[in-house]
Amino acid sequence: MDLLTHPVGPAHYLVVGAVLFTCGVVTMTVKRNAIGVLMGIELVLNGANLNFIAFGSPALVAHGPGFAGCPGSLGLDGQWIAMFVIVLAAAEAAVALAIALCFYRNYSTVDVDRGEELHG
Amino acid sequence: MNINDWLLTLLALAWLLPLGSFVLIVFLGPKMGPGGRTAGYLATAAILSSFGLSLGALTCWLAAHPLAASHAGPVAALSGDWYTLAEFGSLRLTIGYYIDGLTVAMFCMVTLVASCIHIFSFGYMHEELHEVTDPLSRLSNGEPLRRRGRFHRFYQYLSLFCFSMLGLVIAGNLFMVFAFWELVGICSYLLIGFYFERRTASNAANKAFIVNRVGDFGMIIGLMALWAGTGTLSFAGAPRHGRALPPFEYFVRVFGADHYHNTGKLEPIEYYEQAEDYQPGIFTQVRPGGDPVVPEGLVQFAARGEVAKIVTGAPDKSTASAALRDQRLNWRRQGYGYWLLVLAGLGIFCGCIGKSAQFPLHVWLPDAMEGPTPVSALIHAATMVAAGVYLVGRFYPVFTPEVLLVIAYVGCVTLLIAATIALTATDIKRVLAYSTVSQLGYMMLGLGLGGWLAGMFHLFTHAFFKSLLFLCSGSVIHACGTNEMPLMGGLRRKMPWTAATMLVGCLAISGAGVPLLVGLSGYYSKDYIIAQALSFKLLNAPHAWLFWAAVFGAGLTAFYMFRLWYLTFAGPPRDQHVHDHAHESPWSMVVPLVILAIFSVVAGWNLWLGGTPFGLEPLLEQARPAGIEEGASAGWGSTLVTHPPEHRYFEEANEAIHVPATFWAFGAALGGFLLATAFYGLRVLDPEEARRQFAPLHRFLVRKWYFDELYAAVWVRPTLRLASWVAWLDRRGIDGVADGAARLVAGVARLDDWIDRLLVDGLIERVARGTHALGLRLRAVQTGNLRQYVMLLAVGTVALLVIVSLYWNWAG
Repeated sequence: MDLLTHPVGPAHYLVVGAVLFTCGVVTMTVKRNAIGVLMGIELVLNGANLNFIAFGSPALVAHGPGFAGCPGSLGLDGQWIAMFVIVLAAAEAAVALAIALCFYRNYSTVDVDRGEELHG
Repeated sequence: MNINDWLLTLLALAWLLPLGSFVLIVFLGPKMGPGGRTAGYLATAAILSSFGLSLGALTCWLAAHPLAASHAGPVAALSGDWYTLAEFGSLRLTIGYYIDGLTVAMFCMVTLVASCIHIFSFGYMHEELHEVTDPLSRLSNGEPLRRRGRFHRFYQYLSLFCFSMLGLVIAGNLFMVFAFWELVGICSYLLIGFYFERRTASNAANKAFIVNRVGDFGMIIGLMALWAGTGTLSFAGAPRHGRALPPFEYFVRVFGADHYHNTGKLEPIEYYEQAEDYQPGIFTQVRPGGDPVVPEGLVQFAARGEVAKIVTGAPDKSTASAALRDQRLNWRRQGYGYWLLVLAGLGIFCGCIGKSAQFPLHVWLPDAMEGPTPVSALIHAATMVAAGVYLVGRFYPVFTPEVLLVIAYVGCVTLLIAATIALTATDIKRVLAYSTVSQLGYMMLGLGLGGWLAGMFHLFTHAFFKSLLFLCSGSVIHACGTNEMPLMGGLRRKMPWTAATMLVGCLAISGAGVPLLVGLSGYYSKDYIIAQALSFKLLNAPHAWLFWAAVFGAGLTAFYMFRLWYLTFAGPPRDQHVHDHAHESPWSMVVPLVILAIFSVVAGWNLWLGGTPFGLEPLLEQARPAGIEEGASAGWGSTLVTHPPEHRYFEEANEAIHVPATFWAFGAALGGFLLATAFYGLRVLDPEEARRQFAPLHRFLVRKWYFDELYAAVWVRPTLRLASWVAWLDRRGIDGVADGAARLVAGVARLDDWIDRLLVDGLIERVARGTHALGLRLRAVQTGNLRQYVMLLAVGTVALLVIVSLYWNWAG
């Protein structure tokens, strides 16, 4: 309940990130459509991105315990990694869409449950 | 080439031609014409050429050594070496020759008889040209055996046989004698066992071979003793060590001549030492003239104790050798080593006992009838058994008076035993076989009584009429298809030639003739033996029964021979089937019969050409070994034996011996003939009645004096029992150990195998199977469902988080 009364800080970001992540996982789990699964993956990545950004907040730098014996050294690292993850997500989306396309060609559908040839 | 070169060349060719024929037939035999017929032509051509060459050699010999009315002076002998095989110190193994009148006469006789037998065999063995069905050898299913003909093999063996016999005759040393002696033995083995599929034939061949081994054992001892005693293998001497002879170089050695014509009476030892470059031979050493002389080696062996005493007692070497030289003559005079010379003589005679089928080794000869009949003729007349008598005649100089007495007694016992068995035999060939044994006994008796000429002369005349008789019996068997005389009878009209020639043979072997005037060949030779026995009896009264045995044997001979003739040819036919089947033999069988019949009649005659006799007897007389003309005497236990010199019985001066001997022999033969005529010819006496009267005696004779049973009980059966016992031991004992070891190894291996399978393989397999089963289970997890994977991933992460949060020590 503290969250509702406190001013917006890293903890709130973390909560939103966790919600996004959970939504993404649930989407991946329940969606049979490959595109839907891709969307879930995007959600998971963005949830994780929010975490990076939250931990890179200057508020943590001023009051935090510091890292590796060097207070306030976190700096802008979180933001940089978030940028990197966005790039990575774009690349991943391109590859994943290509896989989806191939999948469609083979099965005439994008239902991932149909692709179970690797079962034991 | 001078005349001696011619003689040597002719004899060598005559000797080697049969070998050449043998070798050719061995390699080309089956390919020679249909059924190997050409092999027969080849062998016959070879032996006929040998006969021609032998006649040539005889001419050469007579040209070089003309026959004289009486034997005078030294023996002429041609001796030397053709080829040296090997030389070990003083031991020289050579292909050598020793040629005298006996050798040349033997060559002519052997080749003539063998030629007749070769020709005869063309008719007799013609069945062997095709495939043969042998009713006498059955297969295990009872069918008669069918086999390929063995015509070429028969002639191959005949050729080898002739070669071996001629080699034995021409041999000039002990080594050759022994080699050819054994070759003759193996040839007889091969020919007796010619129908080797028949059990009886293979047994007879084995029996002949094994019985001969017994005799040869003694012979080897005799040969070794002679070699050890004289230091040489040669009969008549050879150049000393180091001087090899080129082939065909020869030298005439008139042995004993120096001693005869030397009135200085040199002692034998000094006589030897004079001949510097000449190694004296066995005969030269043992009989330099007169009585036998113990060879130096035997004296020294017997006196080795005294030699050792002198050598150890002497101060130095020169005195020792001087003392030894002084003593040598003394030892010889005292008779040292004499018993060794007797032993050597007995040993050699032992070999002759085996070969010539004398008692007690006579058992093989009747069984040898299993061979084809021409082979029997060859064995009985010219080769195998003649070899034994020939060797006694050849080694005559070596025999001391004691040995001669043993020879006489063995011959006497043999002649009686064999003649009595021949009385009851019904097999036509067996009668002849026992007749041969009996006649060989005569020869041995004659030789043993000092009658060298008598024994050798009988050997020759016997060869002619016995080969004639055997070929006649072969002709009869060929016509009748049976050997049994009780099934024959009345064949005279069916086979006139065979009947006539066989009658000639019977007359010859019985010694028929007009007393004191003329007779068949057997008349002369048997007369010589009986006359010699008579003169021996006059000098040695205790041994009189040797003479009576010879006379009695003459009667028995006439009886069983005419019994044979009457049973076969006279009277009514006893078996109509056999009689109908019978026919006269083809010309190839009749011609040899006629030739041999002529020789059986004339072999004893002398042609008088301008005062000198020409015939077999003077030729043999010329070969009489030196030193035995005067006779000899020796102590035998407490009795003194004197061997009488062999008189010329047909000279009027010796009527005291000649006339009674002739009448005794003729009377006995006539008695036997008349008895046989009464029994079987006129049938005024009934043989059945006689058989009933003397039933035990008859059974005794039919069983051949129980010799086979005796030997079976004493030698054969114990040997077989020992063999079966050893075989049992082998099977149970030695095989048991081996089997046990094998079984133990197999058991250990099985245990090892069990361990290997159960533990080693089991462990690995179980791991593998477990892994495999686990994999099969786990494959269910891999569903291939993507969303499920994600679900599991998420749930797993959460679970991990929960677990970590439960156990994580936050305070740490």
